Amino acid sequence: MDLLTHKKAIAALLAKVETLARGLPSPLRVMEVCGTHTMTVHRHGLKPLLRKAGVEMISGPGCPVCITPDEFHEAAISLVTGRDDFVLATFGDMTRVPTRRGSLQAAVPASRSSVRVVYSPEESLSLARRGADKEVVFFGTGFETTIPSIALMARKARQAGLGNYSILAALWTIPPPLRAVLESGEVRLSGFLYPGHVSAIIGTAPYEFVAREFGLPGAIGGFEPADILLGIVSILEQIRDGEPKVANAYGRVVRPEGNPAARAVMDEVLEPADAHWRGLGMIPGSGLRLKPEFADFDAVRKYGLDLASAGKDLPGCRCGEILRGVIAPPDCQLFGRACAPDFPRGPCMVSFEGACFVHFKYRDVTHG
Amino acid sequence: MDRVSLELGSGGRTMRDFIAQTVLPLLGNPRLRKLLDATHLPGGLAFTTDSYVVDPVFFPGGDIGSLAVNGTVNDLVVSGAVPRFISLALILEEGLEGASLEKILASVRRASRRAGVEVAAGDTKVVRRGQGDKVYINTSGIGRVIARPKPESSRPGDKVIVTGTLGEHSLAILLARGDFGLEANARSDCAPLTFLLPRWKRGTLWMRDITRGGLATILSELAGDLSHPVVIDEEAIPLSRAVRAASGLLGIDPLYLACEGRAVLLVREKDAGRTLAALRKHPLGRRAAVIGRVDRKVGRPGELILRTTAGGLRLLEPLTSELLPRIC
Amino acid sequence: MCLGIPVKVVEIDSAGETGKVDYLGTKVPTSFALLPSLEVGDWVIVHAGFAISRLDEAEARETLELLREIVEKSEEPGEPAGFP
Repeated sequence: MDLLTHKKAIAALLAKVETLARGLPSPLRVMEVCGTHTMTVHRHGLKPLLRKAGVEMISGPGCPVCITPDEFHEAAISLVTGRDDFVLATFGDMTRVPTRRGSLQAAVPASRSSVRVVYSPEESLSLARRGADKEVVFFGTGFETTIPSIALMARKARQAGLGNYSILAALWTIPPPLRAVLESGEVRLSGFLYPGHVSAIIGTAPYEFVAREFGLPGAIGGFEPADILLGIVSILEQIRDGEPKVANAYGRVVRPEGNPAARAVMDEVLEPADAHWRGLGMIPGSGLRLKPEFADFDAVRKYGLDLASAGKDLPGCRCGEILRGVIAPPDCQLFGRACAPDFPRGPCMVSFEGACFVHFKYRDVTHG
Repeated sequence: MDRVSLELGSGGRTMRDFIAQTVLPLLGNPRLRKLLDATHLPGGLAFTTDSYVVDPVFFPGGDIGSLAVNGTVNDLVVSGAVPRFISLALILEEGLEGASLEKILASVRRASRRAGVEVAAGDTKVVRRGQGDKVYINTSGIGRVIARPKPESSRPGDKVIVTGTLGEHSLAILLARGDFGLEANARSDCAPLTFLLPRWKRGTLWMRDITRGGLATILSELAGDLSHPVVIDEEAIPLSRAVRAASGLLGIDPLYLACEGRAVLLVREKDAGRTLAALRKHPLGRRAAVIGRVDRKVGRPGELILRTTAGGLRLLEPLTSELLPRIC
Repeated sequence: MCLGIPVKVVEIDSAGETGKVDYLGTKVPTSFALLPSLEVGDWVIVHAGFAISRLDEAEARETLELLREIVEKSEEPGEPAGFP
């Protein structure tokens, strides 16, 4: 599989992209909706190479930490500062998102509760089992790649009757924001690069409405440079042939039916909910929440947390527009000046998969 | 600053701001302001100090004792000085096992002998149980200056050489902590860099040990001082299988991982080949490699640029957020 | 969060729920709760400590073949030059 990162394969694929692009109406703009795609495209320096070949890559709402609105972070902060016996287990970048109440990380030193950074939701469960005197809350966010494992934790906690464990989770599903982006008409797109690992869970069918209702091509792409380029080649070929569909360019990992076992866990534990997305507003049925029989493990219900929409981002922060693909990070006045990874003004600059952080950390040499 | 946060010790921006905005206004003098790892004093001496709070205290390939000696020795070597004497100040937590303490001291002795330094002064303090995490060590070091780094005299074509694989120390700490349940074959690279001293007279313009912040952070600082950009090749960077594996599994970038016995050198173009050959002859330099050069054709002065394995180019930034706490 | 690289299953516990995967000789504990009927020797994609998909070897070979073809075609005379 070294061919997937090999310079020769990349060069050959870029040449193919360029040949295809030359015969098509420009501009050619492909949106990816996966933080890991954002990161991979930039990390390997593919964005300027693709631009040169005639394709502009746009980042969409693919970063779960970024689209989670402030009210979740503020709820986590209130849990940690309100009591002495909390252990909040979370993924690293969640702790640094700046809100009007500061960040979770900044709130910790003044409190006797603690925040533990975990690599897997499983660790949060171990924490609860080991420390019966502590209230453990797993604070997480994710798309369908992560959601099954979070659902599994709720199921396991219920089976074990763990009274000191609950989940504060912002769970997002991918297909609804695609519709929202297309219906808004804000961005002119030539196609979508669909997220590889979300697709491994949900399969190919959920994207079909994009081709059927909007006539837009799309391809599921993996994460090596060659995978991304294969996905783009497929999109361009669909445009050339006038045949928009949902192509699977990541067949070695994604089955058309996805992962039924993972979806079964999700169906057992979670139900659809309306969700409020940073930048996109309220999208009906776009989120998931714990079913009533799992209410004891839902931190929102257990602790009576208020998740009423806090409203706006911090002043000057244009994260919302960036998530919708309307502007790119360098278009924001604050980018690289008043907003950088060491002093972020919004989650897009905090999350390791946020468009602003990725742009900053992997800036291309042409400074575009 | 309201309260000290963990970030203050991370080596990143918070610490840099603290030094610039709080320490230097109060204590600054021309020597301190240079913020070098080792200061050159009148009389041909070099002077440095470092404190070690590594957690855990014992890890594959070393312990806080060997770390405390080699870290300080290496700061002297890369500043252009032959390490001669170190001080050893111990802050011990009440209840620390005697056997552990003896093991650490034996480590200090072994490391000092290997590095050719003598422990010439010391101190021991004990704090109450719970008020110090087993043991903290401070070592100060004195060396004899034999060269002055001159990165500013570099020219396009001059080469960037690393003395071995990156990130072994960080991985060893990760393993010793049992984080993520990783099982790997890895040992810290903690070692003295005294074998690099002869390079100062053979075309080396600058060298730094690749500690906190990793290669990208250290080279970013160098690039900032040069009049031409520095370009490095992702493919040329030597990595062990274990570090490659851990990076892939955990999503960490090896360019930001710390070492405790590896250096990066800036070498005159005409001396690069010979330098590489000499390094590779030494047990600690077997995987030495040319990984980049000072360039004229790509980028702008002050920039550190990476040519990716896919053939793209991007800017490399210094580390912005702490990857691993208390690794040194 | 992890990229999700292909790793090899090297240990599965008796319940089939947890085990270990190996990548370049390094092993890490992983949950297989989302991928029933795995076998030692299977290659999987792991995300945040959970195996989420099994690698299909036939598809993998096809992808490699496709890439090889594209590289060969780009090296034929008369084809536009690739990027440097």
